[in-house]
Amino acid sequence: MELSGAEILVQSLKDEGVEYIFGYPGGAVLHIYDALFRQDDVKHILVRHEQGATHAADGYARSTGKPGVVLVTSGPGATNAVTGIATAYMDSIPMVIITGQVPLPVIGSDAFQECDTIGITRPCVKHNFLVKDVHKLAETIKKAFYIATTGRPGPVVVDVPKDVTDPNLKIPYEYPRSVSIRSYNPQVKGHRWQIKKAVELLLSAKRPMIYSGGGVILGNASEQLKEITRILGFPITSTLMGLGAYPATDRQFLGMLGMHGTYEANMAMHECDVLFAVGARFDDRVTGKLSQFCPHAKIIHIDIDPASISKTVRVDVPIVGEVGPVLEDMIEILGSSEKRADEDALTAWWDQIARWQSLDCLRYDRNSPLIKPQYVIEQLYEVTNGDAFVTSDVGQHQMWTAQFYKFDKPRRWINSGGLGTMGFGLPAAIGAKLAHPDADVACVTGEASIQMCIQELATALQYRTPIKIVNLNNGYMGMVRQWQEFTYESRYSHSYLETIPDFVKLAEAYGHIGMHIEKPADVRPALEEAFKLKDRTVFMNFLTDPTENVYPMIEAGKAHHEMRLAPGVTIERELA
Amino acid sequence: MRHIISILMENESGALSRVAGLFSARGYNIESLTVAPTEDASLSRMTLVTTGSDEIIEQITKQLNKLIDVVKLIDISESSHIERELMMVKVRAVDRAREEIIRLTDIFRGKIIDVTPVSYVIEVTGEKSKLDAFLQTLDQEAIIEVVRSGTTGILRGDRGLHA
Repeated sequence: MELSGAEILVQSLKDEGVEYIFGYPGGAVLHIYDALFRQDDVKHILVRHEQGATHAADGYARSTGKPGVVLVTSGPGATNAVTGIATAYMDSIPMVIITGQVPLPVIGSDAFQECDTIGITRPCVKHNFLVKDVHKLAETIKKAFYIATTGRPGPVVVDVPKDVTDPNLKIPYEYPRSVSIRSYNPQVKGHRWQIKKAVELLLSAKRPMIYSGGGVILGNASEQLKEITRILGFPITSTLMGLGAYPATDRQFLGMLGMHGTYEANMAMHECDVLFAVGARFDDRVTGKLSQFCPHAKIIHIDIDPASISKTVRVDVPIVGEVGPVLEDMIEILGSSEKRADEDALTAWWDQIARWQSLDCLRYDRNSPLIKPQYVIEQLYEVTNGDAFVTSDVGQHQMWTAQFYKFDKPRRWINSGGLGTMGFGLPAAIGAKLAHPDADVACVTGEASIQMCIQELATALQYRTPIKIVNLNNGYMGMVRQWQEFTYESRYSHSYLETIPDFVKLAEAYGHIGMHIEKPADVRPALEEAFKLKDRTVFMNFLTDPTENVYPMIEAGKAHHEMRLAPGVTIERELA
Repeated sequence: MRHIISILMENESGALSRVAGLFSARGYNIESLTVAPTEDASLSRMTLVTTGSDEIIEQITKQLNKLIDVVKLIDISESSHIERELMMVKVRAVDRAREEIIRLTDIFRGKIIDVTPVSYVIEVTGEKSKLDAFLQTLDQEAIIEVVRSGTTGILRGDRGLHA
């Protein structure tokens, strides 16, 4: 089969099993777009801004586990994509981004729509390639997918100069069946001896704690995590990125930990004597003050990335490997072990945890005449039977969703945890809905975040991706306002949005349904109505209490046991 | 502590910028960096001298290993090794100083590789500390220019760094 570079690129995507490609055309990728036009297998989703393309591909990837694929043009096409690439990089999301480039002979001459895409993206990709020869194109695409999806996943950019896709130059095509890269051999199995040591340490614990992260979801190791947690009978907490890997409704789950984690999860972290970190990376939003992080604990850490181990917190038993296979080995060793966990110590530990739980740290004012954002999320949870794919933007609404939507399954909770990218939620919801057309998909957002990628409402109409937008509109960049209240004596510097569009009209202008909700009593009926409209995108604008804050909170520089609790939530002496 | 990290990497354009970019992005020190092709044309060998606590050096080697273009690396300063740096010094050399400079160069096993009526270029190789010492012995006023290659090194014994 003889194909041109453009055809090779499209055929490679087909051979890679790519279902959707999210993109936006431009001069440098016109040959590729022409090749896309002449086939039906790879479906192209035309976004309205390249940032939207990357987030939509990201939402597709997070909700399926398959790599997201993006196609953008050179120069501004590539630079607009950078925010989405960095977002995927920080959360280790497999993605392949094909960027057009000016023709090889003019690279470096400041040609029209030229930028150094390889240089610009280098710090925020797992790897990138500039394809200088059409004969290397298919192999490079294969390598890009291999690198993006194996080991610790991440985005890979393939920069393709226009002349490499020349429709008049046809060469024999064969997609490589496999690829090996001598300098890249990610480890799968953990070191057996380390695993044995870890099991011994776990069984010797008096106050154990499991701390699981996004790596469990990326590694599809939810079942193994559930099994080992059940066998051990230990309490478990999760990072923001790991929510759903372990069912939030299970009695062993203490809720999220970290800056806006629950009182019980953070206290258990502070008091535990053995910490079992599974696919989590000790992020600063999780650890709080490093010098007081888990001060009494011996730490076991499973991670596929050796560089994540002992990066910020020194660990005692490091295990490099994929979470799933390592947990399977641990389960096997546990099964054949004579030793059992210390039941008496565990009972005492659970009693202590129950006392912390009795604080009911997430409680809020249910009698307020204003809509409380927490209430909206609780109702969203009930109306969707806890089974929706929920994307979010970044800020207070993101934290409330993490706290109040009890995710029981992996890949349901889709948010930008590492980079914290406002504008992520709407395009990510479109990507998730394309992948799961029969599932409920909600985007929880705020009036500030939603305006950062609002143009993708047009994409949602064009491709009939009926998503439900839950806009918690309090007039403020809420999390900025909260920090200003706490640490800048309520000087609300530029965090209030004096002009906000009429979201109902805006939704209608884009061809969707808009709803405006001001009273607590109307929250549930609005959500029920919206989710009944199966084939329409609905924008629900909830006017919420502008003064509500996210609690508990570990303020900057504080440790896990120094949480700031909601007004009215006080610690009685016997709890502490 | 000072560490000398030897890196074998793919001889691809951009590989060097990945290493340099990693150091600037993560705030690691680079004291010197040298790079050249090896006997295998597909590979380059880089020698990087850096300083940092044990934790930082551990992170540096892990982060370097993560780079797809890095095939293998070794911290040669952790084993018995030889390190060398090449230096060329251009000095003003007139009258009686011409003799004195030749004597000093001999003591340091250096060579004079360029001569004019008023100047010499001296080549000296050795460990960094030897080159520093040589520079100190020269009349500071007479030094016109100093060029140093940066440190490169190799393990002692029959063990080698191969792909």
